[in-house]
Amino acid sequence: MAAIVTAEGLHKSFARRGSMSPPVLDKLDLELEEGSVLALLGPNGAGKTTTVRILSTLLRPDAGRATVAGFDVVRDARRVREIISLTGQQVAVDDKLSGTENLTMMGHLAHLPRRVVRGRVAELLTAFDLADAAHRQVGTWSGGMRRRLDLAAGLLTRPRVMFLDEPTTGLDPRSRQALWDVVRGVVEQGTSVFLTTQYLEEADRLAQRVALVDGGRVVAEGTPAQLKREVGDAGVELTFASASDAGQVAPAVAATADGARVRVPTDGSVAHVRSVLSVVEATGVTPDHWEVRAPTLDDVFLALTGHVGQEHSARPAGVAA
Amino acid sequence: MTYLLRDVSTMTVRGLRLVSRDLDAMITAVVLPVIILLMFVLVFGGAMDTGTGYINYVTPGVILLAAGFGAASTAAAVEHDMSSGMVERLRSMPVTAWTVLSGHVAASLVKNLVTTAIVFGVSILMGFRPEASALEWLAAVGMILLFVGWITWLAALVGVLVRSPEAAGGFSFFVMFLPYVSSAFVPVDTLPGWLRGFAEHQPVTPVIETVRGLLAGDAAGGADPVGAAVLAVVWCLGLGLLFAVAAGLAFRARR
Repeated sequence: MAAIVTAEGLHKSFARRGSMSPPVLDKLDLELEEGSVLALLGPNGAGKTTTVRILSTLLRPDAGRATVAGFDVVRDARRVREIISLTGQQVAVDDKLSGTENLTMMGHLAHLPRRVVRGRVAELLTAFDLADAAHRQVGTWSGGMRRRLDLAAGLLTRPRVMFLDEPTTGLDPRSRQALWDVVRGVVEQGTSVFLTTQYLEEADRLAQRVALVDGGRVVAEGTPAQLKREVGDAGVELTFASASDAGQVAPAVAATADGARVRVPTDGSVAHVRSVLSVVEATGVTPDHWEVRAPTLDDVFLALTGHVGQEHSARPAGVAA
Repeated sequence: MTYLLRDVSTMTVRGLRLVSRDLDAMITAVVLPVIILLMFVLVFGGAMDTGTGYINYVTPGVILLAAGFGAASTAAAVEHDMSSGMVERLRSMPVTAWTVLSGHVAASLVKNLVTTAIVFGVSILMGFRPEASALEWLAAVGMILLFVGWITWLAALVGVLVRSPEAAGGFSFFVMFLPYVSSAFVPVDTLPGWLRGFAEHQPVTPVIETVRGLLAGDAAGGADPVGAAVLAVVWCLGLGLLFAVAAGLAFRARR
């Protein structure tokens, strides 16, 4: 399969001349395969939003080149805009308009034939489970419903590439699940999705490939399984009253103590967790607390970059964080 | 180009819906000028000596004050679009994104037509007796719309440039006070000399003189009604064009 979105050596800095703050993007490369989902995973300030803004023609890179379906995002910006849709971090719908009015407006602005707009709007409202509330002003809707409408607005034209910038930030678990279903449905219909997220789980559930960004560049890229393999499995984490207690238990479970904590890699199966706990019990030292913890974004960063993802403050005024 | 008209009309419909559903702003836009009208006529009116009934003198001024105030709310509407992600979305679509500004301007014109009619109605109830022919009425309304036009484009420019709703709201204060230093409420020759210079040469004065002349048979006794009308139209078109271009450029420049 061919790449539908490419970025080569993207560089962007918002620093004023003479300032020492680092660039927001520093030779960033990536590719999105047609028909798939790429997740750009990273902490706040890693450059995710800036990348999306450049790829969706909102921002010019200082250096480097990016294309969507072969069109250059700077020189052929207009052609690019005809085949993409952008759903930004903020929900971009009018609270004083109803759901139907919002989508109809976007349909006209997307230059769909007038006779097509009405049917397409009704179709999407039904597909996104918004038909019942469609006549009410959007200001009265829940956050999850508004987000779904926001996504629907981006799908009126059946875009070839959909950019989603942290689409589930601030949503409750049920709305997040619903949104994931929507994204999967979109991909089934042939749209390629470029997603940014801070959640490892989200990238894992949705994306065929994950690019880990930190400090404005891609520090690791691969399938979710590849990345997780590099991080290691989940772990049984035991917290003891003191470091000496931890030191006493650690050899028995073939691990090393980290202060008062001991982490034992596990596949998460009942049998393995039980056997680990039996060994611990046999030492006669009781932990204050224990849990089975899946690797988090912090663990991924720690394993792949040697440090926890940094929060950069290099961000232009007026741009949403 | 083929889509330009469609985009503008789509955004105008949106602007009108947003304006007509913002009840608070609508009430303010009507109630405030009515209160100002009552205050000037009932409180200050007895002390004013403008040659004719004060209500005939002051009504055009209050109308312009109301129109300016109504137009100023466009700054807040544009600022909201800039900061809420709406403009980001539009920019990623194949629309000429500044049509979002034209939509707000068109909506402002319609909204102010409505509030103007209401203020006219109240002042007629209070004793305002315009003696204009149908043609003069039309010309007066046209003049008011030209005035609303340039204030709205200025408001749009302010909306693009400011970075907070509070700053956008502050713009209406500026517009509120502009008519006070003109012939809107008192004859210009009653002002101190240094202020008179400004009052005589600021755009509100010829607009007021023209509207007043058209409606009340030149109640203020303006020496050169045609000259004032030409000056008013030139001011409004010139400023309108200037601020429309500036707003468009500022919109493109802001990323």
